[in-house]
Amino acid sequence: MSGLRDWLKPHRIVMIALFVALVVWCAFTLRWDWIPKYTPLALQGIWRTLWILAVTSVLGFVLAIPLGLAQAIGPWYLAYPARVFCTVIRGTPLLLQLWLLYYGLGSLFPQYPWIRESDLWPYLRQAWPYAVLGLTLSYAGYEGEVMRGAFAGVGKGQLEAANAFGMPRFTVFRRIWLPQAIQSALPTLGGETILQLKATPLVATIAIVDIYAVAARVRQDTFIVYEPLILLAAVYLAIAGILAFAFKKLEERVPVKTG
Amino acid sequence: MEQALDLLALSPPGWGGNLLRGLNHSLQIAFGAFGFGLLIGLLGAYGKLYGGPVTRDLLAVYTTVVRAVPELVLILILYYVGSDLINQASEALGGGRVEISGVAAGIWVLGVVQGAYATEILRGAIKAVPSGQIEAARAYGMSPVLMMRRVTIPAMMSFAIPGLANLWLIATKDTALLAVVGFNELTQETRQAASSTRAYFTFFLAAGVLYLMVSLASGRIFGRIEKWARKGQPSLRKAGA
Repeated sequence: MSGLRDWLKPHRIVMIALFVALVVWCAFTLRWDWIPKYTPLALQGIWRTLWILAVTSVLGFVLAIPLGLAQAIGPWYLAYPARVFCTVIRGTPLLLQLWLLYYGLGSLFPQYPWIRESDLWPYLRQAWPYAVLGLTLSYAGYEGEVMRGAFAGVGKGQLEAANAFGMPRFTVFRRIWLPQAIQSALPTLGGETILQLKATPLVATIAIVDIYAVAARVRQDTFIVYEPLILLAAVYLAIAGILAFAFKKLEERVPVKTG
Repeated sequence: MEQALDLLALSPPGWGGNLLRGLNHSLQIAFGAFGFGLLIGLLGAYGKLYGGPVTRDLLAVYTTVVRAVPELVLILILYYVGSDLINQASEALGGGRVEISGVAAGIWVLGVVQGAYATEILRGAIKAVPSGQIEAARAYGMSPVLMMRRVTIPAMMSFAIPGLANLWLIATKDTALLAVVGFNELTQETRQAASSTRAYFTFFLAAGVLYLMVSLASGRIFGRIEKWARKGQPSLRKAGA
């Protein structure tokens, strides 16, 4: 990956030429006439996918910090539920969790009149609160486990030194413990975020029109199978590439400790 | 509560039997896909480590693309590609359209996905084997296959098992995605049971318990296997870590 020279090795030039030829062949022989009609919908879908990814990753991470902390140093009555939560989330398929929330809770809620009369009801009848909740809990479950290790990995001496300086406990947490834990978790965090991106198409199964749902609709409307799927895969590849790049930059920005 | 137990009864008025049948299908697919993935992974890892430049680049493309594109999209693509190829082959041989069994299609689709992850895991594990051991085997004049069977694979096992355990859990959970394509594995059976009885919460919860039991049991079993694979090695981690 380093430098232009690597890309200009003879076999790579041939492979890149073959790839370009393949792309050109695809562009001319496959059917792309449906694209203009679906472009606005597709852009909206991409936007929605990114939006769900961002919201659930951030919320999930915020939730993961107490989960990790509870497992790392919490008393048993906090550590145990946190561990059970992480095990359950990691031990069952996300698709099932989403359906449990959307169909399960969605069918339970109307039985209680006080929920139907509350101000939240108009939102609870839509799909997106369940999608956001499901993906957030999932991210928190996986990331909570990572943060447990990250919190436990911060050197004890540093925390003792901070205590010796007379820092209040919350300041120690905010200035010393959390930054170092996040830094050591950053590579895993990047991987988990790409996994989260790969989980977002599941929300299409509960009637949210993300980019995956748009591609599925093109397939249903026009009976064109491969073209929308290829384009869809390319969109996800691009987003994953950008995410990986952004996290790499973020990792480089944090000064690596010397010695 | 009583109502829920009636719904989950094993004999026909209850849907418990259907769920267990679905679980059986899920496990079959997961097992087959995991095995198929391991096979691809072993070939891929050897290709990445010892193959020529073209093999290596092609494998890099395979592992990168498969790991960056959502499983759901890959499942659809591979499903259509697989059924198209088989139908074309059968028409070329003079047969009609072939009905592909759900289990076989699931194994093919998930196996290709698992293969990409397995390639990376096994490549890392093979690289972790001290090179002196492989050189010694080569110095004894062992053929590559014998060397793989007697030296490389046993020696890399302890490095590969944790990653493979994770991969197996992913395989069991990814079978749920096949519900979207309409295979009657556990999640699909659950959805059918739930939508015909309207007892969504009960059934999805029950299926969740089944998946969780599979995960926990697998964790135990892989723990045992890891212990066995590490036999005679100095412990790498402190106990309990």
